[in-house]
Amino acid sequence: MKLRFWFILPTWVWLTGLFGAPFAIVLAYSFLTRGYYGGVVQPWTLENYQRLVDPLYLRILLRSFIMAFAATGLCLILAFPAAVFISRSAKHKHLYIQLVMLPFWTSFLVRTYAWLFLLRDTGLVNTVLQRVGIIHSPLPLLYNDGAVLLGLVYAYLPFMVLPIYATLERLDPSLPEAAADLGARPWATLLHVIVPLSRPGIVAGAVLVFIPCLGAYLTPDLLGGGRTVLVGNLVQAQFTTGRDWPFGSAVSMILMLLVTILVWAFLRRESEHLA
Amino acid sequence: MKRWLTVYAVGFFAFLHLPLLTLAVFSFNSSRFTVWERFSLDWYRAIFRDPQLIEATWNSTIVAIVATAISTVVGTLCAYGLWKRGSRLVTGTLYLSLVTPEIVTGISLLALFQWIFRWLHWHLGLYTVILAHVAFSIAYVVIVVSARLRTVSRSLEEAAMDLGANEWEAFFYVILPALGPGIVAAALLALTVSFDDFVITSMVAGVDSETLPMVIYAMARRGASPVINAISALVTVFFGIFVLISERIRES
Amino acid sequence: MKPVLELRSLVKDYTGQRALAGISLSIPRGSFFSLLGPSGSGKTTTLRMIAGFEEPTSGDVLINGEVVNCRKPYERNVSTVFQSYALFPHLSVRSNIEFGLKRHGIADSEARVVDAIKLVGLIGKEGRRPAQLSGGERQRVALARSLVLAPDVLLLDEPLAALDRNLRKQMRAELKTMQRRVGITFLLVTHDQEEALSMSDQLAVMNEGRIEQIGSPEEVYLHPRSKFVAGFLGAVNWIDGVGVRPEVTRLARESQNHGSKSFPAIVTDSVFLGDCFQVVVRLNSGEEAVAQVHRGSTVFQPGEAVHVCWNPADEITVS
Repeated sequence: MKLRFWFILPTWVWLTGLFGAPFAIVLAYSFLTRGYYGGVVQPWTLENYQRLVDPLYLRILLRSFIMAFAATGLCLILAFPAAVFISRSAKHKHLYIQLVMLPFWTSFLVRTYAWLFLLRDTGLVNTVLQRVGIIHSPLPLLYNDGAVLLGLVYAYLPFMVLPIYATLERLDPSLPEAAADLGARPWATLLHVIVPLSRPGIVAGAVLVFIPCLGAYLTPDLLGGGRTVLVGNLVQAQFTTGRDWPFGSAVSMILMLLVTILVWAFLRRESEHLA
Repeated sequence: MKRWLTVYAVGFFAFLHLPLLTLAVFSFNSSRFTVWERFSLDWYRAIFRDPQLIEATWNSTIVAIVATAISTVVGTLCAYGLWKRGSRLVTGTLYLSLVTPEIVTGISLLALFQWIFRWLHWHLGLYTVILAHVAFSIAYVVIVVSARLRTVSRSLEEAAMDLGANEWEAFFYVILPALGPGIVAAALLALTVSFDDFVITSMVAGVDSETLPMVIYAMARRGASPVINAISALVTVFFGIFVLISERIRES
Repeated sequence: MKPVLELRSLVKDYTGQRALAGISLSIPRGSFFSLLGPSGSGKTTTLRMIAGFEEPTSGDVLINGEVVNCRKPYERNVSTVFQSYALFPHLSVRSNIEFGLKRHGIADSEARVVDAIKLVGLIGKEGRRPAQLSGGERQRVALARSLVLAPDVLLLDEPLAALDRNLRKQMRAELKTMQRRVGITFLLVTHDQEEALSMSDQLAVMNEGRIEQIGSPEEVYLHPRSKFVAGFLGAVNWIDGVGVRPEVTRLARESQNHGSKSFPAIVTDSVFLGDCFQVVVRLNSGEEAVAQVHRGSTVFQPGEAVHVCWNPADEITVS
C-alpha cells in the first residue's frame, strides 16, 4: 500500500546515498589510477587488482585470515563453557548475561586501550611479575601479534557467548537427561549431545566474530603498533598517508567480496537448516 | 562438572571485567605508573582543564544526539514499513551495511564526500560526521524496532482501521505507543554506537571537528596516560548508566 | 526371589510442598507394572527417582536388592522412555539406538542393534533422522534405544500420551506383546486408566503423593478400596451408600424384585454414544446416577419414570 512506500523511502534514500553511492564510487576508483598529487585520475586500469597478487599483499591478506581465524577459535573455546554455565544457572541467568554484555556496551576504544595499559612495559602485568620476582626486566608484551589477538578476543568474546547461550536455552532439557539415562557420564553428554546440538549457535557466533576481526583496524593499530599490518590497516594507510586511493579501493573491494561470500554462505546454510 | 564450570565462570567474568576495573582503579592513582602511590583526583581535574577534550566531548554529544534523532525516526518508519510487507532488498542492504567492515564504510564515505566537494567546494566537518553516523545507525534501529514489532499483533492495526482510523492514524495512535520502549531502546543503542564510533568518524571528520574517541585515540597513540584512564572510567560509568536505563525501559 | 525393583517409604519434599508422602512397593521381575494417577499425584516424581534424576528426601530405592539412592542415572541399570521421546535430533535412528551401547563401551553391538530395530519394526528406516519419522515411529526408536541395553527395569513416562486415539490402542497391544517377548520388567506411568487396565499385570493407584491401592486390574477395578480409586478407574454411581458402575446399572420400567436392589427415578438425559446410550436419572433421594443402556433394548426418554436396579454382587463398598 502506498503509505508503506513513504515509510521506507527515507531509509531507501539514505541507503542509496550513503551506502550505495559510496560503494559505487569506491568500486569505480578501484579501476582508476593514482594521481600525481594523490587524487584519482584516468586511465581505467586493472593494475590495482594486479598489484594485490604481489606476495607482500597476499601475505597481509593471509595474516588477516589467520588472525581472524585464531580469534574466532579462541573466542569459541572461551565462550562455550561460559555459555553452558549461564544456561545451567538456576537463579541468576539474566544477571550473568548482563554481566557478559556489559563490557560490550562500554566504549570499544576503552576496551582496547585497557590492554595497552595492562601490557605495556610499565603496565600492570609487567609490574606485578617484576615485583613477584618472576622476571627482572619488562617483557615486550605489547606491539605484537599476540597482543592484537588478545585485544580481538577480548573485544568480541560477548558476541560468541550470546548466540551459543541462546541455542542452549532452546535445547530440549530431556535430551541431556536421556543421554545420562543411557549411560553417558557428564563429559560424554557434553561432547556427544550438547555440543553437536549447539551447532547453530556456534556458527552464528563464529560469523559474528570472524567478520569484524577480518576487517579489524583499531585493534591492530593500537595494540600492534604498526608492526602488525592487517587488511584494515592496509586500507586505512592508502587513504591517509599512502595517498593511493585506487589501490586502497581495490583492497576494500576484495575485503567486501570476502565478507559478502562468508555472509552469503552462512545465510544459505541457515535457511537450509531451517527447511 | 558443576564445580569446574563455576570455577571457570569466575575466571571468565574476571577476565572480562578486571581490565576495565583496573583502568578505573588506577585512574585514581597519583602516579603515572602502575605502582600505587596515593589516591588522587588530579587526572580527573586534568580532563576538565583540557579545552581540546571538552570541545571533543561537546562535538561527540551533538553528533550523537542529532544522528540518533534522525536515524531513530528514519529507522522506525522503515521497520514499520518492512513489518507491513517485507522487502528482501531493503533488509539485505541493511544487513550488508552492518556487516561491512568499518574501515571500508569509512573510506567509502570519505570518497563520496571528496567527490561531492569537487563540485561544491565544501569541506569535511561535523555535518559529514553526522551524515555518516546516521548511515550506520539506521540498521541498528531497524533491527531493534523490528524485534519489538514482532511482539505487536497485526490485528491491532486492523482493529484501529476497523474503528475508523486511516493508515497514518493507525500508525501514530496505536502502533507507535505500543512500540514505545522499543524505540527508546533503539535510540539508546544508536546513541552509544554513535558516541563510541572511532574508525568511521576519523575518516570523515574535518580538521576542527574532533570527537572524543578521536582525541582518546590520539592520546593513546602517544602512549598510555592516566588521563585516558580517567576518561575511560568516566565514559564507562556514563555508558553503564545508559545501558541500565535502556534495560529498565526495555523490560517494562 | 528378590523383586527387581523395590521402593521403601519414599518421601520427596520440595520447598513448601510434599510431592511423595511415603511410597512403598515391590515389583516382581518380568512383570508389567503401572503407576496410575492424576497429574500431581507424584507418579512422575517416583519414576524420576527410580531413574536417578531426583534424590529421595528419605526412603530407599532398591534395584535387585541393592540400594541405589546415590547412584547417578548412568550408573543404574534402568532405562527411561521419555514422554517427549527425547530422541537425539542430530543422530540417525541407528545412531540413537547405538548411543547407550557406545557409552557403556560395549563393542560388537551390531547384532544387538539390528535385533532391536527388528523388534520395533523399523527395518529400512535406520538411516533416517527423527525429524523424518512419524510420532509412532519415534516412539519405537525410543523403545529400541532403551531396550537394546537390556535394563533391569524399563521406565515409560506416559509413552502413549502424544499419539492419536487409534494409534494409542494399537500401541497398547504392541507394548504388551513386546514386554512378554523380551521379558524385561516394564514400569509404566500414566493418567489414563484404560491404558493401565489393559496393559498391566499389576498396578498401583496414586493420589497426592500416596499409594491408595495396589493390585491386579480386576482387583482394583472391581474391588476398589477407596472412593478415589473407584472414581479414578471408571465412572461410579454412589447410591444409598454403595457404589455401582454404570455398566452394571440397569434401568427397568417396573420395579424389580428377585435379588436386585431397586430404586425409583426420573430420566433427566439420554446421550447416544454410538455403542450405547448413557442415560442420566435422578432418584427420589436427589442423587444422580448414570446407566449404560445397550442399543436395541428399550429407549428411554427424558421425563420417563424408571427403576434403577443392580445385582448386589456388583456393589462397591469402601470403608
